[in-house]
Amino acid sequence: MAERLLLRGNEVIAEAAIRAGCQCYFAYPITPQAELLEHMARHMPRLGRTFVQAESEVAAINMVYGAAGAGVRTMTSSSSPGISLKQEGISYLAGSNLPAVIVNIVRGGPGLGNIAPSQCDYFQATKGGGHGDYHIIVLGPSTVPEAGELTMLAFDLADQYRIPVMILADGLLGQMMEPVELPDPIDPASLPVKEWATTGAKGRAPNIILSFDLDPEGLKQMNLDLQAKYRTITETEIRTEEVATEDADIVIAAYGTIARICKSVVRQARADGIKVGLFRPITLWPFPEAALRALSEKVDTVLTVEMSACQMWEDVRLAVAERAKTPFFGEMGGIVPTPRSILNEVKKHVR
Amino acid sequence: MSANLQSMTKVFERPKSLTDARFTYCPGCHHGILTRIIGNVMDELDIAERTVGIAPVGCSVFAYLWYKADSQQVAHGRACAVATGIKRARPDLVVFSYQGDGDFASIGTAESIHAANRGENITVIFVNNQIYGMTGGEMAPTTLIGQKTTTTPDGRSASLFGYPIRFSEMIAQLEAPAYVTRQALYDTKHIMDATRAIKKAFQYQVDGVGFSLVEVLSTCPTNWRMTPVQANKYVAETVTEIFPLGDLLDRG
Amino acid sequence: MPKGTVVFDTERCKGCGLCIAACPRNVLAFSGTLNRSGYDVAHMANPEDCIGCGFCALTCPDIVIEVYREKVPS
Repeated sequence: MAERLLLRGNEVIAEAAIRAGCQCYFAYPITPQAELLEHMARHMPRLGRTFVQAESEVAAINMVYGAAGAGVRTMTSSSSPGISLKQEGISYLAGSNLPAVIVNIVRGGPGLGNIAPSQCDYFQATKGGGHGDYHIIVLGPSTVPEAGELTMLAFDLADQYRIPVMILADGLLGQMMEPVELPDPIDPASLPVKEWATTGAKGRAPNIILSFDLDPEGLKQMNLDLQAKYRTITETEIRTEEVATEDADIVIAAYGTIARICKSVVRQARADGIKVGLFRPITLWPFPEAALRALSEKVDTVLTVEMSACQMWEDVRLAVAERAKTPFFGEMGGIVPTPRSILNEVKKHVR
Repeated sequence: MSANLQSMTKVFERPKSLTDARFTYCPGCHHGILTRIIGNVMDELDIAERTVGIAPVGCSVFAYLWYKADSQQVAHGRACAVATGIKRARPDLVVFSYQGDGDFASIGTAESIHAANRGENITVIFVNNQIYGMTGGEMAPTTLIGQKTTTTPDGRSASLFGYPIRFSEMIAQLEAPAYVTRQALYDTKHIMDATRAIKKAFQYQVDGVGFSLVEVLSTCPTNWRMTPVQANKYVAETVTEIFPLGDLLDRG
Repeated sequence: MPKGTVVFDTERCKGCGLCIAACPRNVLAFSGTLNRSGYDVAHMANPEDCIGCGFCALTCPDIVIEVYREKVPS
């Protein structure tokens, strides 16, 4: 029976991970995701699961690598600078075909930045912040309940495709509280055994987790296999939400918490007689390029609204090309645009 | 005149826990001796089927090829963090990391210290040959003063780059570790001492006693520019002056 | 003293010389014969002096050597 709770975003992600059967959680404290760590510290040991506060984000992602290789559901969380530290580990996870969930509660950057919400890690998340030809699935929740749903989905996708999955949230989502209904917990012991994992080579040939092949032909094949996997995921796992796009002249492209704010903008603009819609990617990788391209055939303008210096905007431009105008509106530094400022921007582009 | 094998007992053969793969190490390199010892210990404790080895980055990157056991090849320096992840996920497994002096004592410093400080019930083998072998002979944190390497062509200077680090002594200061020892492989007696130490280090994990660190003074004939026999003599006479042999801690 | 003998898996030998140095009875020496990898492999130059102590095998980094000892009559 689903349980209804009032939780903040950070806590929902933690609780959803627990209910998804996360066996091991490793992380280092960083604002603004402290509550996620704290929730795990309180609850994981009670359930006989593993909580370790690692000595750094680097150590944490490598603990995740070990646990993932040993075949259990495992997660780490951090915020922007800490995610930068994890990039080598993420590349290793991707190259070694290991499932894991990584949560980024994005804050202002670059450098130390600040602790206010931002969307300035889109490139890092979707274009690979680490080295090599790889991708991770990136999911962008826009509400606290959706953060919980996507966290549970992340574990399933990670196991299904043997791929790291990132929850790309932000400091606003992490801190805000909403009522949430969470499903019954999964017992980790009930999850299917991973035949490829390092569980002890009893009665079978040894399993080896690695991302290494000195022979170029061998490494090429490894990469071809990864690319084939990414194509499959792109064909089957794209998720989007469209609001009022059927008859729109202008469409806002936005993800995460700013997309939710843009829903208010759509409502207000429609009330003012403007035919505006919202195109909200839920999977940021794979990016819903085909759907956006199709939509851009029917509208004059696709306005990207993003708390960044034009990051997702680049993927919007690639998808839309010359089919529609592709202006950008956003804020940096942790400033969250108000509905009024976004509406004013929309009005500028309406003929 | 050849001996009659039929009338003899075989008293030494390849450990069963090792595969048939040929070691990729240089002639005379102690990695091979150490790997054989670990295989031996895995045989004696009958643990291969529940062991996970961790292959680092360095000359022993191919360590996953040597054992009839599961392995994970991991990022440079991170073996102790990965070992933590595996052991916490599956405490019934025997987890050991095998790292060179760059992996364990330079880039892996934080992971090494904190796995020890948390008392993770793992076995760490730390191969100290005072140089970076795989990358062509650069300075290691354990390089001796005056030792010539590709990044200390005039010999290591303390004023520029500090002193050789005695990492095991540092780990032995911590509350949590169960066993910290420094061994060598330069002659039969020390090979046998090292074998006993490594067996103890694995036994302690099996018995749940706690974190064990075995530092093994090893040679790098190639980058030391010595023959294997000269290299052994150098360890015996010079290296042990800076890195004393013996048990630094034994709480078992 | 029990007699012993050793058997070399010659293709694995890298001619490092550690076994020769380890032998307490001067049994071993380089053979002058190269294996397929081009290494001068070690061999028993004085096989009658071998006591099967195994010191050579203990130090061999490539597990080239198997050691045999005469069965001691009970």
